Amino acid sequence: MELILFLIIGLTVIGAGMMVILTKNPVTSALYLTLAFFGLAALYVLLGAPFIAALQVMVYAGAIMVLFLFIVMLLNLRDKQTWELTTGMRRALGLVVAAGILLVALAAMKGLVSPPAPLDTDMGSPAAVGLALYRRFLLPFEVASVLLLIAIIGVVAMLKQKSPEQAPEGGGTDGRT
Amino acid sequence: MNDFLGVLLLLITAVGLTVIILLLTVYLGPKRTNPVKELQFETGNRPSPGSARERFPVHFYLVAILFVVFDIEIAFLYPWAVNFRKLGLFGLVEMGVFILILTTGWYYILKRGVLKWR
Amino acid sequence: MTFTPEIINLIISVGFALSVVAFVAVFVLIAIWLERKISAHMQDRLGPMETGGWHGWLQTIADALKLLLKEDIIPQAADRPLFKLAPFIVFTGTMASFAVIPFGAHLIGSDLNIGVYYLVAVSSLVVIGILMAGWSSNNKWALYGAMRSAAQMVSYEIPIGLSLLVPIMLIGSMSMETLTNAQAGGFWKWTLFSHPPFAIIAFIIYFWASLAETNRTPFDIPEAESELVAGYHVEYSAMRFAMFFLSEYANMFVVSSVATALFLGGWYAPFRFLDVPIEVGVIWHNLAGLAWFSLKAILLVCIQMWLRWTLPRLRVDQLMHICWKIFLPFSFANVLLVSLWIVLK
Repeated sequence: MELILFLIIGLTVIGAGMMVILTKNPVTSALYLTLAFFGLAALYVLLGAPFIAALQVMVYAGAIMVLFLFIVMLLNLRDKQTWELTTGMRRALGLVVAAGILLVALAAMKGLVSPPAPLDTDMGSPAAVGLALYRRFLLPFEVASVLLLIAIIGVVAMLKQKSPEQAPEGGGTDGRT
Repeated sequence: MNDFLGVLLLLITAVGLTVIILLLTVYLGPKRTNPVKELQFETGNRPSPGSARERFPVHFYLVAILFVVFDIEIAFLYPWAVNFRKLGLFGLVEMGVFILILTTGWYYILKRGVLKWR
Repeated sequence: MTFTPEIINLIISVGFALSVVAFVAVFVLIAIWLERKISAHMQDRLGPMETGGWHGWLQTIADALKLLLKEDIIPQAADRPLFKLAPFIVFTGTMASFAVIPFGAHLIGSDLNIGVYYLVAVSSLVVIGILMAGWSSNNKWALYGAMRSAAQMVSYEIPIGLSLLVPIMLIGSMSMETLTNAQAGGFWKWTLFSHPPFAIIAFIIYFWASLAETNRTPFDIPEAESELVAGYHVEYSAMRFAMFFLSEYANMFVVSSVATALFLGGWYAPFRFLDVPIEVGVIWHNLAGLAWFSLKAILLVCIQMWLRWTLPRLRVDQLMHICWKIFLPFSFANVLLVSLWIVLK
């Protein structure tokens, strides 16, 4: 039962991931990415970590996806607009990057040939995750706040290219938005 | 994992209901289409020129990234809140530092006036 | 055929899912009629009076049948697959919240130990559906409406998330059932009244922010009919439109029932003697719980309606100001004060 569910969800994630790069329409592509995120969340549920699954849905399928969709709106992408990605040089570069990622993934999986010891069933509960995060991984947690601070400052820097007094009222939408 | 059976069944039921309702409306409704009916609706006028796929002001992007930042913060706050009694004063201090750093960012945004929506 | 516990569990879960969907459908029919009557009486009108005889009680059902028989129009310029998919995502995203809402002592779909977190997580699904609807319509007003909706909903999700933290910290669990059970025994034990002033501040922020989350007045600029025709669903017709309408009213019930479960004692009566004890019978115990829960939630829905017909619409800049400069600092301060109070106690 679990194996069947895993196969269905896993194939969905892989298929959605493929469609992300195969579709030309940026919004459709972003929505396939959402599907992939949901599939990953379902896999976390199967692994007995519902808390991480909710985190995945909340941060990726929720927040990051809205950000992506807003960027698509910001970029003025017309319906049929595509990029010229067909030159030989770029293809070669893509192949090199893909091979690199594959190598890293294989290296990471090398240690997992034998099935790992079963984890504590309570491993994915909010209490367990919270205690681990706020006792053992305290420093990474605090560093994360600095990362978020940098993100905030980055946005302000980007918006402050023009001062608010001179900035045009949006990109040609008459400020109706 | 069994807890999620209820969630899954509810989602399936909701999708099923939507399918039934939409099939009903597609089959029961009349089909008298014409080119004018298939135009975009703009208060009965001819659609104004230009594509709807306009560029949007960068403020929307600001809101989205602020949402991501604070959403991640909330994601951190929930496991903290559940364990709060166990962590005690130590938990208060560590979350205090976390919130303080982000409040600095929030105050910076406020002072630079980027949140002024125009 | 033998009934193993798994099969019985499955049957119960299926039955629960079906009854929740039926409950939502009936609630929406009543709520729309109620809203029309409330708005009418507030404006010294009568509202629907003809259909069905008594105060036009059949009006919404007649409207639903009418919508069912309307032509389903998909604009030529629309992105057809996304256009058709959007109502599914919005409706399913709204319905997903019902899985963890405790309607009664045993009337909960799945008592996840991440209950409230799950609610916060799935509520963002609706935003994606709305953006899809607006973008795929290929209509300028629909897209503006969708962008406004999305910007507003994501902004107000932050104060919502922060104010829901307060009951979690006070009780120490995220499971909806545990959160409700901790409030047993009279209205002075409800989170709202047991821990003043923190819970009251959190409740007020939650309730106001949830008005924005459901796109209702005073936060209804996404649907400003005088400037944006109707908002993100302007191109939708027939039942496709009705799915958005259904989700909006169902969402009103979701935010009200979350407020009920977390702040207003869930399915417990305001006084202990009004609760039907479990010894009388499990069914009666649950039915009484369901009645109290629905009463409280529908009362909150009525307050939402009352506000809608009382307050004017806010401007976008006022909306962002309230969210990022008033609600956000207040809810952060509230969370820190609650933790300080717990530590000192």
